[in-house]
Amino acid sequence: MAKLAWPGPDRRKNIGARISRLDGPEKTTGTAKYSYDMNREGMLYAKLYQSPHAIAKVTAVDTSEAEAMPGVKGVYIEKDRRGEFPNITYAGDIICAIAATSEEIADEALTKVKVSYSDIGSPQMNDNDPSLISGRDQSKEQGDPDAGFGEADAVSEGTYGLACITHACLESHGQMAEFKDGELYVWPSTQNVSGYAGGLARAAELSADKIHVECQYMGGGFGSKFGADKWGSISTILSKQTAKPVKLMLERDQEHKVAGHRPSAFGTVKIGVKKDGTITAWDSDIWGSGGMGNFRMPPLPYVFTGLPNYRTLGRGIKVNRGAARAWRGPNHPQAALITMCALDDAAHAIGMDSLSFFKKNLHLTDRPEVYAEELDKAAEMIDWKGKWHPRGENTGGSMRSGLGLSIHTWGGGGGQSDCAVTINPDGSVVGRTGTQDLGTGTRTVQAIVLSDTLGLPVDKVRIEIGKNSLPASGASGGSTTVGGVSSSTRDAATQALNALLEKVAPDLGVEADKLEAWDGRIQEIGNPSKGMSWEQACSLLGGMAITKQGSKDTSDGTILTVSGVGGVGIADVTVDIETGMVTINEYAAVQDCGLIIDEKTCESQLYGGTIMGITYALYEETVYDPATGAMLNPDFEFYKIAGLADVGKIKVHLMRGPKYEDRGVVGIGEPAVISQGAAIANAVANAIGVRVPELPLTPDRVLDAISKGGVA
Amino acid sequence: MIITVKLVVNGEPKTVETEPDRPLLDVIREDLQLTGAKYGCGEGECRACTVLMDGRPVTACDTPITKADGTRIVTIEGLAEGDALHPVQEAFIAEGAMQCGFCATGMILTAVSLLEQNPSPTDAQIVEWMNGNLCRCCGYPSILNAVRRAARQTTGAGA
Repeated sequence: MAKLAWPGPDRRKNIGARISRLDGPEKTTGTAKYSYDMNREGMLYAKLYQSPHAIAKVTAVDTSEAEAMPGVKGVYIEKDRRGEFPNITYAGDIICAIAATSEEIADEALTKVKVSYSDIGSPQMNDNDPSLISGRDQSKEQGDPDAGFGEADAVSEGTYGLACITHACLESHGQMAEFKDGELYVWPSTQNVSGYAGGLARAAELSADKIHVECQYMGGGFGSKFGADKWGSISTILSKQTAKPVKLMLERDQEHKVAGHRPSAFGTVKIGVKKDGTITAWDSDIWGSGGMGNFRMPPLPYVFTGLPNYRTLGRGIKVNRGAARAWRGPNHPQAALITMCALDDAAHAIGMDSLSFFKKNLHLTDRPEVYAEELDKAAEMIDWKGKWHPRGENTGGSMRSGLGLSIHTWGGGGGQSDCAVTINPDGSVVGRTGTQDLGTGTRTVQAIVLSDTLGLPVDKVRIEIGKNSLPASGASGGSTTVGGVSSSTRDAATQALNALLEKVAPDLGVEADKLEAWDGRIQEIGNPSKGMSWEQACSLLGGMAITKQGSKDTSDGTILTVSGVGGVGIADVTVDIETGMVTINEYAAVQDCGLIIDEKTCESQLYGGTIMGITYALYEETVYDPATGAMLNPDFEFYKIAGLADVGKIKVHLMRGPKYEDRGVVGIGEPAVISQGAAIANAVANAIGVRVPELPLTPDRVLDAISKGGVA
Repeated sequence: MIITVKLVVNGEPKTVETEPDRPLLDVIREDLQLTGAKYGCGEGECRACTVLMDGRPVTACDTPITKADGTRIVTIEGLAEGDALHPVQEAFIAEGAMQCGFCATGMILTAVSLLEQNPSPTDAQIVEWMNGNLCRCCGYPSILNAVRRAARQTTGAGA
């Protein structure tokens, strides 16, 4: 019988190979239908009315003039569970919505809505002033920090931080909703197909089993698209009210204001260090904001959790901006920035090469050998030896170059997932899972696992995902999708194959447990002459297909996915000390990926993560008017996303070999985006001789830092 | 007020009755049901909405429909010839030059317009031309590779 465990390298044809993503043809021809592309007969367009005030009470909402407009079909007014207008807590809070026969009519109708407010207040927009702290203290202590500082030859102290950013998915949040025969059909842009319906049950006044969710293609989520959200409920309610399909997709400015923020984090770190590079103590005081929600202290000290003596304090500041949402690698980019920059400053304090300093202290991490190998690889890729110079050393002229590094970790073990695999008598094969493909390549990964398990080429199997009628699979968060779906697919496919082998065994005169699926055939293990083609074998099923369901927690308990990876990044930058412009020359990303299912989509995650990391390191930042709380850059003109010209040369390396691959499948979407802020900030410090305390490393911040010292 | 606009879209003459203040993107997506061009920002900053107007890339989200009157529009749906994909489409597939794919159609049309006027662009020319098309999942390295590959194929310089 076929075994569930992952096959060894000599038994992998598709797993770990370079396979082009299966949805390429649809995505390059425009036939891929995103939620935003769903147009239903007779549909209405819904638009949101948002509060211009950050703090206010809504006292009246008059939609009569809007409702009188030809083409306006439905109105929704936001009320809380007590039936009262909600208190406004940020500029952009949703007050009401209009559904009309065209977008233009809906937009015009919004201009006729009259909202009365009382108690308009001044918002609190400053998230980087420790005197404004309002959350509870989160603290952690290990060893004896004071004694540790006493042992130190040098103490480095610095300020570090990252601004609030948004998810800025290219496809905004929203959904198409339609009631038919008393049931609800929705096409949302979501990271959570199987878990989405429950969030609409109240708005739809239906049980979740009567809510049909479909999302075949979606334009990015990055942690912001787990729930049905207010706009999901609103489009549902408007569809019910008007008995028409209703599409509600956020516009770009709304997307920036309401659909997700990454919490900011700022603070000071003090590190005690001996001349030989031994770290003796750590003391950090961190603050930041998750908007009006809670602030969660980043995991500090990051990666170097074995530090003998440390003390950390984290405290939140309430800010009147849209709610925080999980942002790719929640809290890790913050933790990496603060930790790796502080350590780099400690290395500088004792005049040690940063690479040597980090390597010397790897015993304080959970995976010293992995990081050592990865750092050596990345250093070789970037030519650390050839390019390294002490911080601030004059590299000539106004263009100063520098190197910086960072290391990171993430979980990435598989999330819950069920998969049903059917083998048909005609030899066709389908794997069905209620998962979603955020662009990461879920379909492709499942097809690779399914085909390899059955000894078939990838194009001989089909994958169905994106519907909540399919076997349930978890939300795509925490980089858990690939581990979950590859396990459930392998489990289902192995069970289905074993059922087929039982059928075929008598005909071949070989016991089922001596048979294998290999190279498009069912054959005696290692003996192609004693076998038959896949199609012949399947034809023996007669009129009955085989369907088997598998799960992430596999049928015989075999563990196919594990948690925990390490990765490193090294940045090579040039800083123009006259303009403050930072240019990325090269970035080397080296990642432990566990067992790689598809090398191409895996690399794509590293490239993508690196560029997203470069973007938040250099450009991204939400800017608010302190007086009104209005977001001043809710667009792509002043909220800048890196373009092709901004990212330099990116080199990625995936760690391969039994040590990494034998562990099983691990998700890497999130580790891919963690180190860039720190590595680039360290490279800039190395180039200009002084720490730029906060990201993004905009020219004004760089020039400000230069003016306060540094640059030989 | 409703106006009549005549366009040639993907080779087919189209007459559209529309309010005059609508962007080309809405007409393409809603009236003509060609949903390959996407709304990303509504201000011509991300270029997910790129289509070719008389051979030049335009951001359809901020192009008034009145400006498109009498022009030839090519959308992503009109790029393949029958079942034969355009070399740029083939190259994007081969290089895996997309993740979520929301930017892909605009990227491809922008690349097509580059190669039509400059079949053998240097890397610097590709980077400069493609720079305004934003990709949030960030497939830029493979996008660059895809444009290089398409250029090699269209000029017969070997793939």
